[in-house]
Amino acid sequence: MLLIRCPYCEEDRPELEFRNAGEAHIARSANIAGESDEAFETFFFIRSNPKGLHYERWRHVHGCARFFNAVRDTVSDKFLMTYKAGEAKPDAETLKTLGASAAWTNLSTEHLGGRRPARGKGDTE
Amino acid sequence: MSGPFRISGAGRLDPERKAKFTFDQKPFTGIEGDTLASALLANGVHLMGRSFKYHRPRGVLSAGAEEPNALVTVARDDARKTPNVRATVQEVYEGLDATSQNRWPSLAFDVGQVNDMASPMFSAGFYYKTFMWPKAAWKHLYEPNIRAAAGLGVAPDKPDPDHYSSRFSHCEVLVIGGGAAGIAAALAAAQTGVRVVLCDEQPTFGGSLRFEMGAEISGEDAYFWAQETVEKLRAMDNVTLLNRTTAFGYYAQNFVGLVERVTDHMAAPGDLPRERLWQVRARRVVLATGAIERHMVFGDNDRPGVMLASAARTYLNYYGVAVGRNVGVFTSNDSAYAAAIDLKKVGVNIAALVDLRDNPSGPLVEQARALGIEVNHGRAVVSTAGRLRISSMTIQAKSGGGERMIPVDALLMSGGWTPSVHLFSQSRGKLSFDAATHRFLPGATAQACVSVGACAGSDDLGTAVAEALKAGEKAARDAGGKGEVSARIRVSASEGWSGGMLGTGPAGEGSTRKAFVDFQNDVTAKDIRLAVREGMHSIEHVKRFTTNGMATDQGKTSNMHGLAIAAEALGKPIPEVGLTTFRPPYTPVTFGAIVNHARHALFDPTRRTPIHPWAEAQGAVFEDVGQWKRAWYYPKAGEDMHAAVNRECVTVRKSAGLFDASTLGKIEVVGPDAAKFMELLYTNPWEKLEPGRCRYGIMLREDGFIYDDGVVGRLAPDRFHVTTTTGGAARVMNHMEDYLQTEFPQLNVWLTSISEQWAVIAVQGPKSRDIIAPLVEGIDMSDAALPHMSVREGKICGVPTRLFRMSFTGDRGFEVNVPSDYGQAVWEALWAEGQKHGACAYGTESMHVLRAEKGYIIVGQDTDGTVTPDDAGLDWAVGKKKADFVGIRGMKRPDLVDKGRRQLVGLRTKDPKVVLEEGAQIVADPKQPIPMKMIGHVTSSYWSENCGRSIALALVAGGRDRIGQTLYVPMPSGTIEVEVTGMVFFDETGGRLNG
Repeated sequence: MLLIRCPYCEEDRPELEFRNAGEAHIARSANIAGESDEAFETFFFIRSNPKGLHYERWRHVHGCARFFNAVRDTVSDKFLMTYKAGEAKPDAETLKTLGASAAWTNLSTEHLGGRRPARGKGDTE
Repeated sequence: MSGPFRISGAGRLDPERKAKFTFDQKPFTGIEGDTLASALLANGVHLMGRSFKYHRPRGVLSAGAEEPNALVTVARDDARKTPNVRATVQEVYEGLDATSQNRWPSLAFDVGQVNDMASPMFSAGFYYKTFMWPKAAWKHLYEPNIRAAAGLGVAPDKPDPDHYSSRFSHCEVLVIGGGAAGIAAALAAAQTGVRVVLCDEQPTFGGSLRFEMGAEISGEDAYFWAQETVEKLRAMDNVTLLNRTTAFGYYAQNFVGLVERVTDHMAAPGDLPRERLWQVRARRVVLATGAIERHMVFGDNDRPGVMLASAARTYLNYYGVAVGRNVGVFTSNDSAYAAAIDLKKVGVNIAALVDLRDNPSGPLVEQARALGIEVNHGRAVVSTAGRLRISSMTIQAKSGGGERMIPVDALLMSGGWTPSVHLFSQSRGKLSFDAATHRFLPGATAQACVSVGACAGSDDLGTAVAEALKAGEKAARDAGGKGEVSARIRVSASEGWSGGMLGTGPAGEGSTRKAFVDFQNDVTAKDIRLAVREGMHSIEHVKRFTTNGMATDQGKTSNMHGLAIAAEALGKPIPEVGLTTFRPPYTPVTFGAIVNHARHALFDPTRRTPIHPWAEAQGAVFEDVGQWKRAWYYPKAGEDMHAAVNRECVTVRKSAGLFDASTLGKIEVVGPDAAKFMELLYTNPWEKLEPGRCRYGIMLREDGFIYDDGVVGRLAPDRFHVTTTTGGAARVMNHMEDYLQTEFPQLNVWLTSISEQWAVIAVQGPKSRDIIAPLVEGIDMSDAALPHMSVREGKICGVPTRLFRMSFTGDRGFEVNVPSDYGQAVWEALWAEGQKHGACAYGTESMHVLRAEKGYIIVGQDTDGTVTPDDAGLDWAVGKKKADFVGIRGMKRPDLVDKGRRQLVGLRTKDPKVVLEEGAQIVADPKQPIPMKMIGHVTSSYWSENCGRSIALALVAGGRDRIGQTLYVPMPSGTIEVEVTGMVFFDETGGRLNG
């Protein structure tokens, strides 16, 4: 059973408390009704399914109930980091250098030396 | 004495504490602390089982968890029968009842033994090659018969009456294995002050110190040191000691599964759980899992009496049992010498020691010779004789030549030691092959763990203890341990050896005798060579073709031999052939331990409405709807379901009925942007819905298909009371939260699940207002003030209510929401009023019939996740002027607006008495050849007493254009003719809503 760090609770919690919610950073168009068939196909059906780093959404459904984002290595099943919904997608190069060291716990944004964005959209703390 | 082979003064058990038991109904006496195996050996019994395929007589091979042969069934009573228990693990208790397996009629005379004589037939892959045709025979003839003949024990046929407990445990350091290294590591870690868990599969800690008589720590017997140190650990508050506890699985992020056998060794378990499952999350794991001795692979190496040298030593030095009186030894390394020496010292004759090595030397060899043991070097045992017990061994020089037969009653063997890297490998650590010692050792780690002692290749006790102390302290420091480590362990004498061999000896190939590699699955060296010759070049294929290592012992003694033989046949070095994957569990785990408390009522929660006790008292029959128990129908005396439902349906339309709708999902959507949010989540327009009014809402997924529906009441400009389907409550809430949190976070809205806060009593029928009105305060119940599809807040029976005027029957109707705690009281008050008007209580079945009479859909029954609002005839509920809502783009996809989609329509059978089967397929032409083109299926079908005929809803391709046409429903009993109609069967004008 994985341990997942909820970026809202700021705690490592067992996988049982969470539910996966598919790939992250797929933006719903503000003018979705006007999208072409191709654009809608890309938005709704096409997923990256990588071997390696995967940006994905999780919900702390049996905890604070918040949706958040995570970077997980689909080969080792390790979470490299988790971050709040609305925060910027972390740079893949940075994550690669951290892959080996993120052994036991998940790393927060601060651990990665990244800057936490100012409070904004979706951050209702 | 408890058995003629018990040696006075030998062993560590207390001979005064006797325990009587039976094996195959025959009474025996053992000693407390004995295993079934040691107690039987003490009584001279070696024959304990029959092999899997050839039914060959078998005795114990080992003295531990790796045992492949001695599998028995242990029974406490009719329901408590555990098959495939290893006799080397099962402890003896007063009254133990053990039975041998896989033999008929008896262990000594087994009819199945003909398989051994016919064995040339049963080569590797025999089943795959032989039982191929005809196909049907596999299921009905071959498989049942093969399973009956080739088998292990019989699974119990009664529910397990025992209970099992479960613990979650968090610690800084988990030490797996309680031998010298594990104890040392645990001591060092514990002294830093962190939480330490030390587990070991044996009843007593000490590992191989239980039999290594030559080991001394600080000048005393190392076994005593182990016991003293364990007592020291037991006294520490930060240490949890778990004996009889197997670490069976190493999972992600240092999550390790342990199973503790709590009562399997007790004569009277009392109220204790049989086993306890520990789910341990450790910051650091120290693996001190030791090593397992391998057997030698030679002709007829499986006769009862042939066993591992370390097993014989354990039986002597721990249990005080000599495994024979005239013992032979066959080895390829030093460790078997120690067994010969120990036995010789207590007066057992060593008939001969056969060493495969050309020039064995060293202190043990010298000591053996000094004791007068005949050492034959450069020789091999090539065969054995004896039917139910070994009677002789035949030896021969490696280079060939004359054979010599030596009578023996037991034969000890050692092919060297295999480090137990199972858990390390499960942790996804990489194994590396050490060419010098011919063994796989832990390499790069994948998790925060460290291997120490024999499992890490440290053969010498001093080295093992020193590295364990260091590793234990480091693990604790890494996990935050601060205390000073004072432990110093001085190993003053040690046993230690390496070497040994993999695969068969020089006389292996060409012999017609069976040289077993895997005892439990009856795999011989020849089988593995055959597999390679037949094209299995991957070790994973060799394994599956021969079944080597696939038995319940998972190849603990056989995998390395199998690999070496395959590598030799392939002409490749061992590391290039690779190792099969280690998977949990390390040893078999009971279903009971895994299932644990999740049985019966605790398997899945049962949800009951506040009105449930009333319905139960009325004799309602309940049905399961998800986790809910819902009143299905309320039969009166003498009524069957059909009669009850007919009466309920007629009564509702004639007078009124009360229905418990409390299971409805309910969500309160509140906030300044509540209407905007509703606009985005539902197809309907909401901004202009006035407070106090209701609307039937449809929710889509982004793909444009119907996801849920329900009536929504607007209580205030910023407050909606949303209802969902019973089954959809949780996922609709998740769906709403998802969009609110991630797509529309700018909206100022709060969502609250109120499903369990409000009980809902539907009162439906022409008399519904008359029933409710006398109990209501503060709400004008006139049609003008409270029209259909409106909602008011007020009081009923003096308690708050949200009173909805709405209908799921097509008759005038209300849904009375009251706080759950008042649900039953208000129901009873309404029931009393209802009695004055001849009303009834009705259940979910009547609810279904009444709504179908009106063509109201049920999401999930009449829709299946591929139905659009238009398909369901609900296009009117989609806001045409809206710029956005979830699903707006999806429902415009080419396939979703195509002609000929399946549309929901009504069906009337030509014979009104015939009720269609739900799910039945519909065709246009019943005379077409099979396979017919199916153009739709029945989604809902009932007998309608109100209509005096059967009614049905169906999804039919181009359905609305087919209204008036005749279609056909082919059934096994004949084809049913149906006419396509509209969806409303009763009161088409809808006048009864105000009736």
